[in-house]
Amino acid sequence: MTSFHEFSDRVMRSITDLATLSRSRELWLSIAFLIAILAAWEWLPATFGIPAFILPPISDIAHEFVRLYARENLWLHTGVTFAETIVGFIFGSLLGMITGYVLGRSRTAEIILSPYILMLQIAPKVAFAPLFIIWFGYNAFPKILVAILIVFFPIAINVLKAMHAVDPALVNLARTFSATRAQIFWKIEFPASMPALFAGLRIGSTLAVIGIVVGEFIGGNRGLGYLLIVGEGQGRTSMVFVSIVLLTLIGLIAYLCVLGLERYVLHYMPERSHANI
Amino acid sequence: MDDATRLEFRHVDKLFPARNRRITPVVAVRDVSLKVARGEVVSLIGPSGCGKSTLLNLAAGLDRPNAGMVLVDNKPVTGPNFHVAFMLQNDLLLPWRTILENVNFGQEIQHTKRDVRTRRSNELLARYHLAEFAHHYPHQLSGGMRQRAALARTIVMDPDVLLLDEPFSALDAQTKMILQNDLARVLAEERKTALFITHDISEGIALSDRVLVMSRRPGTIIREIIVDMPDRDHPFRRRSNPRMNAYVVEILNLLGLTHGDGKDMPEVPLEEIGGAQ
Repeated sequence: MTSFHEFSDRVMRSITDLATLSRSRELWLSIAFLIAILAAWEWLPATFGIPAFILPPISDIAHEFVRLYARENLWLHTGVTFAETIVGFIFGSLLGMITGYVLGRSRTAEIILSPYILMLQIAPKVAFAPLFIIWFGYNAFPKILVAILIVFFPIAINVLKAMHAVDPALVNLARTFSATRAQIFWKIEFPASMPALFAGLRIGSTLAVIGIVVGEFIGGNRGLGYLLIVGEGQGRTSMVFVSIVLLTLIGLIAYLCVLGLERYVLHYMPERSHANI
Repeated sequence: MDDATRLEFRHVDKLFPARNRRITPVVAVRDVSLKVARGEVVSLIGPSGCGKSTLLNLAAGLDRPNAGMVLVDNKPVTGPNFHVAFMLQNDLLLPWRTILENVNFGQEIQHTKRDVRTRRSNELLARYHLAEFAHHYPHQLSGGMRQRAALARTIVMDPDVLLLDEPFSALDAQTKMILQNDLARVLAEERKTALFITHDISEGIALSDRVLVMSRRPGTIIREIIVDMPDRDHPFRRRSNPRMNAYVVEILNLLGLTHGDGKDMPEVPLEEIGGAQ
């Protein structure tokens, strides 16, 4: 994930740079690149005789977007997936944080629980989706649960690692001022874990949408995952593409929200040293 | 013990258990007895790994001796105590706090009222020429400024005993001399009692009333040198005192660092260490 996040950081920075230097050559080159790709997508498949049901041209996808918007309640499906993603991400993050901090504080809890947490981490989380549907039925609940499971681990593990990595000299410093255990946590360990927590949140924000989509594949009649499966069943490839684009946007929005919050919380960090664990 | 004694070590032994049970524990310090009187500055000089920092942790109450006693103001040290403050080579400023908030740290733990602690901290920052950096973050300051901020954070708690563990060893030579002068002035003005650990021989002599020379591990005190020079509050002047050099040579000899005088270095035979447990 490291390189991915470094890369996305760089992209973010270059977007900001581009926004400030809107007349720069790079901006025009970037736009030109996008136009070139879209143009190639529009005309090349036809030139090479690739049928539209394999790779629909951009114009077909745009038409499909309009059709879905007008006739298939596209915003409802997008809104449902978006809301489930956010709820799953928030609860998964909270659960991951609590687990990370509790295990980080208590050596005993870590020793007792870590083998099972490791097993859960290794188990493919999306495989739990059918199980949750059996338990909770065709509603939002199983989807959110899968997202929670997926989001949970990177955050719990990052927080736990950060708790282990807290400089013992800082803890001793607080102890010489007669700090209580709670003060050591809130004034040293918790703030010291922030960079790692945000690294975990960034990963989690891009994963949450996966859990939701897999849940929607399997059950229910709402959400972009459902639209995607319908599109596949009807052979409407452009419908599949519309769903993919919107799912990407949802993930991107969640990621940018975390990034914005990180910039705000970690404002004390030297520029360009934001953690990329 | 007389009333003038602030800090006392009585026949202190400290062992560190080895990882492997069949190997005997490492004896860090052995039979250390020393007294530091009210307002006195005493330096501990010795080869690296001789247990100097162990003594400091014992005095701070961060660790317990295996034998003997450590007393502050005639009371055995049973745990960390805010009358005893320490300052390390690493400034240990919290990166997420501004300089002012860092100086406030100890007072915050002690639940000092916000306006009181901010007033006190600002006073000290002004005295240490850091007023204009009160709202800067540690990474924006130079090493010397950071160490001055750490000194302010220590002094603001008005501790009775100051434990200083090579606080200037990470600084460049010039900054180091300036900070030594600042520290000497503060210690004299506030009549602080201090135990100063250093491996810089001239620093120890320039700043202290007495220098205690320690042997290699297991560390024990092999010589007490009374620094009979004026200007303890002014290390610059002391350094230019013609007697300075004689003290340096005497300690170099004791540490076996001068050519041909290595035989002066007492070595404790290993059997004796084994017999100590």
